[in-house]
Amino acid sequence: MRITEHPILSFKQGRRISFKLDGKTLPGCEGQTVAAALHAAGVSTYRKSPQLQRPRGFFCAIGKCSSCLMTVDGVPNVRVCITPLQEGMEVQSTPGKGCLPDEDPVPAWPWPEHYADRILETEVAIVGAGPAGLSAAVETTGLGAETIIIDENDRIGGQLIKQTHMFFGSKKQHAKVRGIDIAPLLLDQIEGSKARIMLGATVVGFYDDKVLAIVRGGEFFGLRAKKIIMASGASENMLAFQNCDLPGVYGAGAVQTLMNVYGIIPGNRVLMVGAGNIGLIVSYQLLQAGVEVAEVIEAAPRIGGYQVHAAKIRRAGVPISTGHTIEKALGTEKVEGAVVARVDESWDLIPGTQRELEVETICLAVGLSPTVELLFQAGCQSWYVPELGGHVVAHDENLETTVRGVYVTGDASGIEEASTAMLEGRLAGLCAAESLGKKAASGKREEIIDQIRELRAGPFGEKARRGKEKMSRETWSHVQQKR
Amino acid sequence: MSNKKGNILQAQELAKQIPAVERLKKGPVAIIECIEEIPCNPCVESCPQGAISMPGGLNAVPILDWEKCTGCGLCISACPGLAIFVVDLTEGREQARVALPYEFIPLPQKGERVVALDRQGNELGPAEVLRVQQGKRLDRTCIITIAVPREWALAARNIRRAER
Repeated sequence: MRITEHPILSFKQGRRISFKLDGKTLPGCEGQTVAAALHAAGVSTYRKSPQLQRPRGFFCAIGKCSSCLMTVDGVPNVRVCITPLQEGMEVQSTPGKGCLPDEDPVPAWPWPEHYADRILETEVAIVGAGPAGLSAAVETTGLGAETIIIDENDRIGGQLIKQTHMFFGSKKQHAKVRGIDIAPLLLDQIEGSKARIMLGATVVGFYDDKVLAIVRGGEFFGLRAKKIIMASGASENMLAFQNCDLPGVYGAGAVQTLMNVYGIIPGNRVLMVGAGNIGLIVSYQLLQAGVEVAEVIEAAPRIGGYQVHAAKIRRAGVPISTGHTIEKALGTEKVEGAVVARVDESWDLIPGTQRELEVETICLAVGLSPTVELLFQAGCQSWYVPELGGHVVAHDENLETTVRGVYVTGDASGIEEASTAMLEGRLAGLCAAESLGKKAASGKREEIIDQIRELRAGPFGEKARRGKEKMSRETWSHVQQKR
Repeated sequence: MSNKKGNILQAQELAKQIPAVERLKKGPVAIIECIEEIPCNPCVESCPQGAISMPGGLNAVPILDWEKCTGCGLCISACPGLAIFVVDLTEGREQARVALPYEFIPLPQKGERVVALDRQGNELGPAEVLRVQQGKRLDRTCIITIAVPREWALAARNIRRAER
């Protein structure tokens, strides 16, 4: 299950430690998450669903979907996919919905008055240390604004840490550099004396007066910021088909995390669902990790991603079947196969065209949805814009939302490529700092906006362009109606 | 735009990317198999001859000046899409040479007999590895040069190690 050699990555295996799953001792390594260690030990079922007792494993592997909840050291409903493994940890399959231990200090209400002595202050708070959040911090700290970056992972970089491929774009956007090498570049550009990065910290609430509620370890505290930049990223979409909840049905991002961050292969033979850029890139990365990709299927009549990405896997012999969908996953405890079939023009399954594939993993690359729950809580106006990935919050050209002083950037503002996310991050950072009275070099804002426009100018940027226009139009007509 | 229905780039869609026979006979030349308008331009900067241009801006399809191109291959590992190959059909030589980007392990050895594959991953037949380039400048995108029968020069785009 472990990747020992890789053409792009080198894996440093952490100190060997042991932990317990339902009382049984299992081996693991320092630096792994609980979920990665379980998968490496051959455990794919983490719990049973509370109602129907169906097996559940992880799905997104980045702390977004809550499919992997387990009881860890007595604490129920822990997302094991982002929980670092520790020596002697007691992990249990949570029966039912789990209940809090009696001694747990449940925060008393009302909040934040009750915890007023535990509220930190900063000029700018950035939620998310991925490409957008780090880029925002480059600008805010560069302009002298005190900045705190909060991220619930134990390392910076967001999803950059698993992007082994070279980025597109131009030199200004780190084109030709592999995603895995970009986070350190961004970190170098952040003015250290102005920045504080809080890792392993989850923002669990957005309160009036721009106070964020944060949980880190056993701690619960507030952070009041003059400006807040939400760079919370996105979550992998699920696809509805028979048995789609079986362990072994994983998001494409989860597969990337498992193999490119932790050096563990998801399975020996994979079916990829979706031929957009993510599906094509992850298929190629699976091949690089020595995994067989049985087939890539795509419901649309044509490949959605770049032809050059498709060409890389085709010349390696991976078939790409357009006009195909998945009917069901086979297996009872975990994926043992899949049934795929053709679809007609209205995307309905054509009976009689089913065929069975023997695979251990079904990888879903069927789009992402912006992570915007905290912005909803903040009271930001939102719209449903399919072109941007679903529910998005209204924002102006400077990425400021309808709640003044709150900015949204990167995939959280609408799904696009990481290159755009980095530019949007810089734009939000610059605008937030300027609104604090800091002075940016003249023309810098316009230069960033021009670069974003340029990235979106081609046919592949059409969807994002249309989405952003739609979002602005909806917002404008809403403002007029209110008057 | 390419017709992406079904599967993948076909030779006729790439026709514009392939120089005339007279140029091919003169010596090595790059073939840029990138015909979509995607926002990407590292190839332009990678060329020491200034032979690659994108007059329409970042989203334009790269244009290679075949007369300026020396077939040096610096663009191969600079292309994030791994879509550039160098083909050498120098007149008088018995075999053609194809240089291709390669990001798999284990790397083949110089002199090794491998199987040449086409754009669909189909086996063309045996090929000999003439050169294996790697190093810091290539940033983990190795360049493999193979010798193949001349008629495969415009088809061979990948290799498979024979003894797998």
